[in-house]
Amino acid sequence: MAESNRASGACQESGTAELRARAVQFMARRHRFRLAEAAPWLLAILAFFLFPDRMAFGTQVLIMVLFAVSLDLILGYAGIMSLGHAAFFGIGAYTAALLSARLGWNEPITGLFAAAALAALIGFISGWFLLRYRGLTLLMLTLATAIMVLEFGNARADITGGYDGVNGIAISPLFDVFDYDLYGHTYYIYSLAVLFILFLVVRQIVYSPFGQALIGIRENVRRMHAIGSPVHWRLVTVYTIGAAIAGVAGGLFAQSNAFVTLGVLGFERSAAVLVMLILGGTGRLYGAFVGAIVYMVLEDNLAKLSPAFWEFGVGLLLVLAVLFARRGLLGLIEDFGRLIGERPGR
Amino acid sequence: MTAAALEIRGLCKKFGELQVARDISLTLEHGARQALIGPNGAGKTTLVNLITGVFAPSAGNVLLEGNDITHLSEAQRARRGIARTFQINQLFRELTVIENLCLAVGERTGACNQFWRPAGAKREVTDEALDYLESLQLVEDALTPVRKLPYGRQRLVEIAIALAQRPKLLLLDEPTAGVPSSETHLILDTIDRLDRAIAILIIEHDMDVVFRFANRITVLVAGKVLIEGTPKEIMADERVRAVYLGQEGSREAPHG
Repeated sequence: MAESNRASGACQESGTAELRARAVQFMARRHRFRLAEAAPWLLAILAFFLFPDRMAFGTQVLIMVLFAVSLDLILGYAGIMSLGHAAFFGIGAYTAALLSARLGWNEPITGLFAAAALAALIGFISGWFLLRYRGLTLLMLTLATAIMVLEFGNARADITGGYDGVNGIAISPLFDVFDYDLYGHTYYIYSLAVLFILFLVVRQIVYSPFGQALIGIRENVRRMHAIGSPVHWRLVTVYTIGAAIAGVAGGLFAQSNAFVTLGVLGFERSAAVLVMLILGGTGRLYGAFVGAIVYMVLEDNLAKLSPAFWEFGVGLLLVLAVLFARRGLLGLIEDFGRLIGERPGR
Repeated sequence: MTAAALEIRGLCKKFGELQVARDISLTLEHGARQALIGPNGAGKTTLVNLITGVFAPSAGNVLLEGNDITHLSEAQRARRGIARTFQINQLFRELTVIENLCLAVGERTGACNQFWRPAGAKREVTDEALDYLESLQLVEDALTPVRKLPYGRQRLVEIAIALAQRPKLLLLDEPTAGVPSSETHLILDTIDRLDRAIAILIIEHDMDVVFRFANRITVLVAGKVLIEGTPKEIMADERVRAVYLGQEGSREAPHG
């Protein structure tokens, strides 16, 4: 090595410096926004003008996107396998619903904060116990926890209204100014704004050193222990954040529907959000958008076409996605973009 | 400071009825270059796992610079200065080499506790990560995802990550395992050049490597220390020849 260095000493040195500079630049720029990232937001605004009479549906899509983003943070990035994520959605929904229906607290934004706080608390406590386990064990434990939350709601029907649901949820105008119209335009913009803010939070976390540590845990937990990472603590932290965001999604759901039943806590919702995320692509932020939109639009159209068997179509799409697009539809889009030879947004 | 870098006292480990470590005692001085050899199934990797805290021992103590760390977790021990490489690569395969290294530096310095600032914003973390890559001549691979590297280069990334922990004690578990023989010299050169302040324990099957690297050798057989001594003493020992070198006699010859 010494000889070869002497031979091409100066040349190699400048080469190394250049390689180092490129690595520094790569690390300093990897979190920057790409132009293509504007697309989903522009589409959301476009939809507002194109489908003014479908805003109630649009709002539900946005809520599911937010819910799927929260799952992506814990599953796609930290690798936490969860089949009980609806527990946090439901806790958030009931928090916002009961604040209004039982306590008369109708201000929507503080309602969402309360939904986030309670979901985060339950997320922290359950995560503390569950996140010592991984894989199939964890999958079963999250499922069991969600069932217990559901049954608790069922047992205390005096509070939750059971399967009859909570009525009488009223939401006061946003910032005391923007009231709600019959077509749900205000709810749509309100949900979009909440999604946008929380998405930026998640994006910031994902590109932070903490977010890198989460990816490290997903990629190789043995190595993370070996380099001194407090793995359990990191997982509990991100699980709490994910629960809080799922709680906000649930809170938005309760506020926009003005009605909540125990269905929000059900296994079907946990499974549906998982399907959406896998369909769209895990661990890539925008997979949640693609998956939730495709799933819900498909569900909506198939349900009209065949009210009894619409799930067949969703199932078929999932089979195709899992077999032929292992990284989800977004992964497929990325591959397609690469094939064309143009990196979008550059 | 007079305390040894690592001291193991009467370490035992049982998995049910199976005793994989029997009353192992071992001392590594600062800057030690010690090898751990023994036939397959002797418990070498188990001993590494006991030292690093992957397993809790059934009995005995582990002391790092005189401090009892027996009851600390693996991560706590890592933060106190124990680093290791694995017999089979344990890397972040989807991430680039520089991201692998930044993660190790970040976890050591506590940068990974921050979840607001972008990971690459702290220039000193990236620079330090690049220093380790440069010392192992890996800078040209900095932007390559680990899974795309040849296995031999990946072995070097294992060592680079361990160095990024700034260890006092480094445990190398068969660093040349799985590497084509044409590339082993790269890894051995790297190990030769490691900081003399780091105490190193190496597990290795290749006797050429052991005799080239180590100035003390411990022979482990069936979970027990058979003998410990200088390479000369080990070579001369009849029992060692019988249980271990006997099988490898042909590979030992080139040194004579």
